[in-house]
Amino acid sequence: MGDRTIKEFEKLNQQFSEEEKTLKVDFDELKAGGFIKQRQKDLFTVRLKVPGGRLPILKLKRIAEVASRYSGSDYVHLSLRQSVEIPYVHIKDFDKLVRELKEVGQEVASCGARVRVPTACSGCEYNPRGISDTQKFAQEVDKRYFGRPQHHKFKISFSGCPIDCARTKEMDLGFQGEVEPMWDESSCIGCRLCARVCPTSAIISDKDTGKPHYYPEKCIYCGQCIKVCPTDSWRARQTGHCVRIGGKHGYIPRQANTVAHLIPENRIFEIIDKTIQWYEKNGQKRERIGNTIERVGLSRYLEFMGDLLKWT
Amino acid sequence: MDIRFNESLDLTGVACPMNFVKTKLKLEEMEKGKILEVILDEGEPIMNVPKSIKEEGHRILAIESFGDRFKLYVQKQ
Repeated sequence: MGDRTIKEFEKLNQQFSEEEKTLKVDFDELKAGGFIKQRQKDLFTVRLKVPGGRLPILKLKRIAEVASRYSGSDYVHLSLRQSVEIPYVHIKDFDKLVRELKEVGQEVASCGARVRVPTACSGCEYNPRGISDTQKFAQEVDKRYFGRPQHHKFKISFSGCPIDCARTKEMDLGFQGEVEPMWDESSCIGCRLCARVCPTSAIISDKDTGKPHYYPEKCIYCGQCIKVCPTDSWRARQTGHCVRIGGKHGYIPRQANTVAHLIPENRIFEIIDKTIQWYEKNGQKRERIGNTIERVGLSRYLEFMGDLLKWT
Repeated sequence: MDIRFNESLDLTGVACPMNFVKTKLKLEEMEKGKILEVILDEGEPIMNVPKSIKEEGHRILAIESFGDRFKLYVQKQ
């Protein structure tokens, strides 16, 4: 991306110097590179790629330097999808800005009809609720799919647990960590904490013994019972991911369809590949995958995905 | 439930993580096998302290609710 961007802007700059009076710029091409036209003439907001919202301090420092050099404002904006945006950048400074960011590996993001920068929650390495290594997946998605042209924008997101901080329900494709609990009677002391903490009443304490009755059909696999249990009587039977498809916000929001639970992590990239394949084949220009599903039918998507979305 | 205990610690109004730290320090003073009663508030304290004490290697014997508080019984290991 970076090299291409630099070349594009060298070309643009040449144009600029040749016809200094009137700038002729292909705005769609600029948008592809993460340069968003502002109200003000020749000024752009430059969107920077921060996959999973994890921004190394080295890059953060360089962004601060570059922004104070080339932005006509005294701030940067944090986008809703974890990008850093530098506003009020003049078109003539694009190539210098891109080059200086590139030196520390900081790349410009993308806009328009393509796979966007993946978003994710803070990650299971230090978040006590985390079930899934969302950061690992976000970095990998960024490497494999970022910028790939689609019928419309395509947003992928990862949440570590069913609190769903990364809003997988509003994304074109989302994965959210899940853990299925199992209970061992012999170690249970009947303390009733699991029933108190269960957000969906999937666990009810026995009136007399205090021991849990588990209703798996109500379970959302959040693992709170496992987390609270003071005797490890509740433990993980299996961990995996819930898969959500076709969510979006925008003028007409759509909540994603949850199409699978407890999918093991080694299937995630196969699911992304195949979903994109289905969208490329069945979608129409300027149609989000959620609308493709509305038009074509969710069952057609599920049929196409086959065993990939089956779970036990 | 009627549990005999050797020491008691009232942590009403003590927030996380200080309630855990106080429980841990109290257990350090006690002899192995002795039982500590801890009074904890509902919400975060009762959700966090028992598990953390268990992770320190002690044994949780029972948890009982009374009003909007809880009695936690821990055996020092």
